[in-house]
Amino acid sequence: MESWRRNPLTFWVFALPPSLWLALFFLAPLALVWVMSFGEKVGLIDIVIAWRLDNYMRALDPLYLQIFLKSFWFAGLTTVFCLIVGFLVAIAITFAPPRRRPLLLMLVMLPFWTNLLIRTYALIAVFRTKGFVNDGLAVLWGGGSSLLQWAGLGDLQLLGAEFEPLQLLYNNFAVVAGLVYVHLPFMVLPLYAALDRMDRSFIEASLDLGAGHLRTFVSVVIPLAMPGIVSGVIITFVPALGSFLTPDLLGGTDSQMIANVIERQFKSANDWPFGAALSFLLMYVTFFAIALRALWAGRGRAGVRA
Amino acid sequence: MTTPKTGGVSRRKFLVGMGAVAAGLKFAPGSVFAAEDKKLNFYNWDTYIGENTLGDFKSATGIDVTMDLFADNDELFAKFKGGNPGYDVIVPTNDFVERMITAGMLMPLDHGKIPNIENVDPTFRDAAFDPGRKYSLPYMWGTIGIGYRKSKADGVPDDWKWILDSDQYAGKIALMGDGTTMIQMAMKYLGYPLNESDPGRIREAEALLTKQKPNVKVFADDNGQDLLLSGEVDICMEWNGDILQIMEEDDDIGYVVPRQGGLLWQDCLCVPTGAPHPENAHAFINFILDAEAGAEIADFIQYATPNMAARKLLPAEYNSNPAIFPPQEVIERCEVATYNGTEYTRAVDEAWTRIMAA
Repeated sequence: MESWRRNPLTFWVFALPPSLWLALFFLAPLALVWVMSFGEKVGLIDIVIAWRLDNYMRALDPLYLQIFLKSFWFAGLTTVFCLIVGFLVAIAITFAPPRRRPLLLMLVMLPFWTNLLIRTYALIAVFRTKGFVNDGLAVLWGGGSSLLQWAGLGDLQLLGAEFEPLQLLYNNFAVVAGLVYVHLPFMVLPLYAALDRMDRSFIEASLDLGAGHLRTFVSVVIPLAMPGIVSGVIITFVPALGSFLTPDLLGGTDSQMIANVIERQFKSANDWPFGAALSFLLMYVTFFAIALRALWAGRGRAGVRA
Repeated sequence: MTTPKTGGVSRRKFLVGMGAVAAGLKFAPGSVFAAEDKKLNFYNWDTYIGENTLGDFKSATGIDVTMDLFADNDELFAKFKGGNPGYDVIVPTNDFVERMITAGMLMPLDHGKIPNIENVDPTFRDAAFDPGRKYSLPYMWGTIGIGYRKSKADGVPDDWKWILDSDQYAGKIALMGDGTTMIQMAMKYLGYPLNESDPGRIREAEALLTKQKPNVKVFADDNGQDLLLSGEVDICMEWNGDILQIMEEDDDIGYVVPRQGGLLWQDCLCVPTGAPHPENAHAFINFILDAEAGAEIADFIQYATPNMAARKLLPAEYNSNPAIFPPQEVIERCEVATYNGTEYTRAVDEAWTRIMAA
């Protein structure tokens, strides 16, 4: 820190480009949307900034609050499933032989090399009535059925008269499954980073001192991994909350999330100010989550000092 | 960006992300005073031009065409809202032609530079959404109707009732994900005009769709034909061209415009305000309205062309296909969507949000 003060020039050479980038491509567009959220649509393309709260009042209508709630529910479920699965994956990678770890980490990141839309369409091919899951189950059913036939139990029709494909697509299950699939890497990476930094001797100490595996996990591993958990939860929950492609493509007739409504405001409904207000309500939630994170980090530091 | 195929080639295939690709392109700012470069930027639907059309146009005129794709009219409109990003020719549907004229987004056409207007069917030479066709010329037209699997349907489902007000095909129905179109089709079923904007009647249409929702499997994002082809649904509301394309792959698929009539659409060739190459744009529109070029396009994409000279060059199986050219008495009961103002847009969007949230 001291050296920056002594060399202000060096400091500005390094700090200016990212600051400009941030101002130009993040703060400025965001400010634009924020201003627009107080605007009013006049005619087809013109927006007058009236500095009125009408759009926010409209967004607080029970209709939209209910959709917000549903989006929180979907994003929350997604985060919980990601946390459970992600923790297991992160632990597995941490305890894998060091030679294997880069490969395992790459497998986690590999899906990012394919566009989200393509991955979502691939999920459709997996989940649909004549998709891979149902085809696989149908083969198993056929095998089981002929086995029963062979065993002389065919007439009982223990597995049903014919194979009933599972309805995996176009419902809320598909939306949450798709969101978990898409967001899992966001959870695994910070968890891995936290677990990898963890001092293994704490675990050994805990086991040596008589704590069981479960107790060690709950009282030692989880607290040490907490920064990773908090980061993972935030960077999973926030984008999941704003998803619109997944509910659009995988969802059924009642899978609408708030981002679908926002998307429509910028397209078919052509009401950008209202769309801006809805997005900013989401933004406030995001800011709140990040503030919580900062609070947590602050408490952590205070704890160390004490 | 294109999407992986789950079925036939679809014109209005879902192309989210396309915008990102198009937005990444840079257009050289053409000087107004210099003669135009031999270039043209064409913004079109996917799978909506002949295989050799752009190459033939280049051999005929030396003009290089760059074609970008859009997925729906809303995307097109949103893209132009902040000013023309550099396109010379675009293909909006009739109600968006009207919207864009209202918003001053289209350039008047110089009919003197498009002699092939002579080839256009006289009934298409004028339009309520563009009186005198000052801003738009017809490219293709068609209908929205019902696509169905013949072996699973009880006769020909030639009534909107089967998908909007019946549990006969419960769980096997795909409707469209576009709220405006859904409300408009509900209006046709209820016996009202397609563009009905009375709030009470919009509520009536909303109640009808909300009631039918449990029987509907999905509000498809323009991939109803894929769902029908893969057996996910047995009956769906779709654009005729999308169903036609899968009818070629599967004999068990049929298409019918219900007896109440449906929506008649017309995609139009327009030059957006601020086009960098307006001269080339006129030459291109003229080329498309040419008999041979028009026939090649219609033969490839299998949509109804308003180009009479092109139709003369095409075989009987195209010209007498009822899924391309529905019977005259059905067409007479179909209506064209108009731009119904911002209040209508908001009322319909709110109704649709409620339907989806119900």
